[in-house]
Amino acid sequence: MADTNLYAVTALFRTPDQIIAAAKGVKEAGYTRYDVHTPYPVHGMDKAMGLPETKLGFVTLAAGIMGAVGMISFASWVAAVDYPQVIGGKPYWSWPAFVPVTYEIAVLLAVLLTVGAMIAFFFKFPNISHPLHDTPYMKAVSSDAYGVAVRADDPKFDEKEVRDLLKRLGGEVSPVEFSEEFRTFRPRLFEPRFLLLLAGVALVSAGGGYVTWNKLMFMPPFDWMMMQPKAKPQTVSTFYADGFGMRLPVSGTVARGFTLYPYTITDRADSVGALMVNPLVPTATVLSRGKQKYLTYCSPCHGNAGRGDSRMNGQFPNPPTLHSDKVRQWPDGALFHVMTVGQNVMPSYQYQISREDRWAVVHYVRTLQRALNAQESDLQ
Amino acid sequence: MNHHDTTLVPNNELPAGAVRTGWILTALGAALAVLSYLTDGHRAAFNHLIGFTFLASVSVGGLFFVALEYIAGAVWSTPFRRLSEFLAGLLPVTLLFGLPLIPQLHTLFHWSHADAVAADPILQAKAPYLNETFFIVRFAVVLGLWSLFAWLFRRNSMKQDADRDQRHTTTNIKLAAAFIPLFAVTVSVFSMDWLMSLEPHWFSTIFGIYYFTGTAITALAVVTYAMVSLSERGYFFAGVREDHYYSFGALLFGLLSFWAYIAFSQFMLIWYANLPEENFWFIARWQNGWEWVSIALVVLHFWLPYFMLVSRPSKMNTGNLKRSAALLVAVHFLDLYWLAMPTYSKTPVFGYHELAFPLLAVGIVIAGLAVQMKRYNSVPVGDPKLQRGIDFTL
Ligand code: HEC
Repeated sequence: MADTNLYAVTALFRTPDQIIAAAKGVKEAGYTRYDVHTPYPVHGMDKAMGLPETKLGFVTLAAGIMGAVGMISFASWVAAVDYPQVIGGKPYWSWPAFVPVTYEIAVLLAVLLTVGAMIAFFFKFPNISHPLHDTPYMKAVSSDAYGVAVRADDPKFDEKEVRDLLKRLGGEVSPVEFSEEFRTFRPRLFEPRFLLLLAGVALVSAGGGYVTWNKLMFMPPFDWMMMQPKAKPQTVSTFYADGFGMRLPVSGTVARGFTLYPYTITDRADSVGALMVNPLVPTATVLSRGKQKYLTYCSPCHGNAGRGDSRMNGQFPNPPTLHSDKVRQWPDGALFHVMTVGQNVMPSYQYQISREDRWAVVHYVRTLQRALNAQESDLQ
Repeated sequence: MNHHDTTLVPNNELPAGAVRTGWILTALGAALAVLSYLTDGHRAAFNHLIGFTFLASVSVGGLFFVALEYIAGAVWSTPFRRLSEFLAGLLPVTLLFGLPLIPQLHTLFHWSHADAVAADPILQAKAPYLNETFFIVRFAVVLGLWSLFAWLFRRNSMKQDADRDQRHTTTNIKLAAAFIPLFAVTVSVFSMDWLMSLEPHWFSTIFGIYYFTGTAITALAVVTYAMVSLSERGYFFAGVREDHYYSFGALLFGLLSFWAYIAFSQFMLIWYANLPEENFWFIARWQNGWEWVSIALVVLHFWLPYFMLVSRPSKMNTGNLKRSAALLVAVHFLDLYWLAMPTYSKTPVFGYHELAFPLLAVGIVIAGLAVQMKRYNSVPVGDPKLQRGIDFTL
């Protein structure tokens, strides 16, 4: 290798048949560091060059399996464990509903990782330069010619021999030298132009996203789906004469599972409370249900332990402690009554908490009271 | 391009063993079919329907691939196109095979009973379409059109063997352009008439495509099986390569995935909406033992062949290709059984009745191939795309 400037000896061919024959010829002559460049994929080239089967398929397979397994697990966890919701009367874990998204994510991940692996491993990103760039050879093979390039660092390389071989195979031979630009090129990830490009892409996609989701979707025809003749909250209904979207139940009917509560806020809690019996037994399930509802609905005022010490203290007519002698001696029904109809400034909770859950809350409040006023006997 | 030894082997009869098998199956199937009709005419009629729709799948599927090759300008399949043409040649036989079902419409179709229609407003609304006269007209028109196109395609293709005139290819391309949209409509009509209307209240807008995927897979599987086993014996041309095998395997793989896609789409939409006028069809196939048939269908029609054909080498392995193709032909019977039989019986039934018509249908396909291989060239020797098809590389 006298001339260190030489990168490769190239040859151009005019037909796909010639290039297949040339690839075979070069391979059979024992060269290993050569490549073929064609304007489009030429069928049969892999075999002619004796290329081994690409390993890229395994990346695709692994990514596809990863996507499918990941997505079906994620969908199952969300729908059945973390946030179970009854949709269309179906079981929480309704796997047919997960199939389309699983399939899509499997395909998406397979495609993205395949392309990613290709760029990272096969194209040696961020190396974006190559000695063949900007040569007449590259211009020819990207329009109407087929080329083969035998590299000067091939162990068998001898310029004259290679020239003769390529000429014999019918090509127009020309050597390619390292250009000055390539010699001085160092791949740099943080090149200003590249960063500028990234910033530009980010700006354009963010702007595009913003305009799409905040403006475009509210313009016709994209808003047609929102223009439905249905009653929306806080708007006047144009359908009913009285302008209300919410309708009263048909007179003389009650909703399923609804029991009329016979007492009102004017009834005294301790007196009507004595007329009712808690229908629930304080099992672990009932107590945990009661705890959940208590923490959601009552604790913001009465405090987590019912001491009346929430941060409402001082900003609102102070919610009283639930550990007063009065409340401790009240019958269960009295607590139920206060929750159901309210008491003075405390509002009614009968629409937020179901009847059964209100009884569960009573048990929970009783547990809190017992805990703060533990007796000798509780310790045994 | 690559120069292999590609001597054509254009006229070669089916191996004697295959011919014998074909005729034996036909005879055995016919005998069992007669016995079946004599012992249980009702059950025989349903199985006859399965046999008939299977033959239709194979023959019109063959016709579809002939048209597809012309319109797509495909070259890889040209050396083996005769196989598809021979299948399309079975269309008149299919028509004859279906003819005995016409007097039995009352046995098969609930909507054909005047008293049932009189008592049922839904059937009354469908009566302008679902009535016997119009049904028979559609049967004649659909199978007549298919037979006509099969005859035209084959006539031009066979003529080309002798005169090597490229203009026949042009004519067939035009025919294909006319046939493909027509096929889309007729295959939907055919499947709705003979399979969907077994449950006249039920409807599924994807049903035509579902049956179409079945026809395409089955015809391609038959062609693949024949192509691989005959190539191994040196038919068509010397030097059939992996590249050719791979192409058949890849198309089979694509089509069986497409079948799963369509089958699942049909199921999921009905399952999701859960409307009583649609879901009863799937409910019937998910109880009283039918659930096992449904599961078997999913496993045998999709998962098993999917994994048999997923890798690249597996599509080039001749043994594997033949096994997959045979499996796919068999499961098309299962598919049709699953479509038709729940109307006949609340629980799955299996006996010699169910064997008779599949044996007969397979026998007819093999015997039909044997007869035509004897008469015609098994390679379209005059086709201008032939050499490119032979030289085809991946
Ligand atoms: C918006 C704050 C607020 C919430 C939430 C609230 N309360 Fe009250 N509660 C009060 C106030 C204030 C009073 C005192 C009313 C009065 O002046 O008699 C009170 C009174 C009571 C009393 C009677 C105590 C007594 O000494 O008269 C009971 C029992 C009670 N609440 C239970 C509950 C339960 C159980 C919940 C949860 C379902 C709940 N509260 C939710 C503010 C609240």
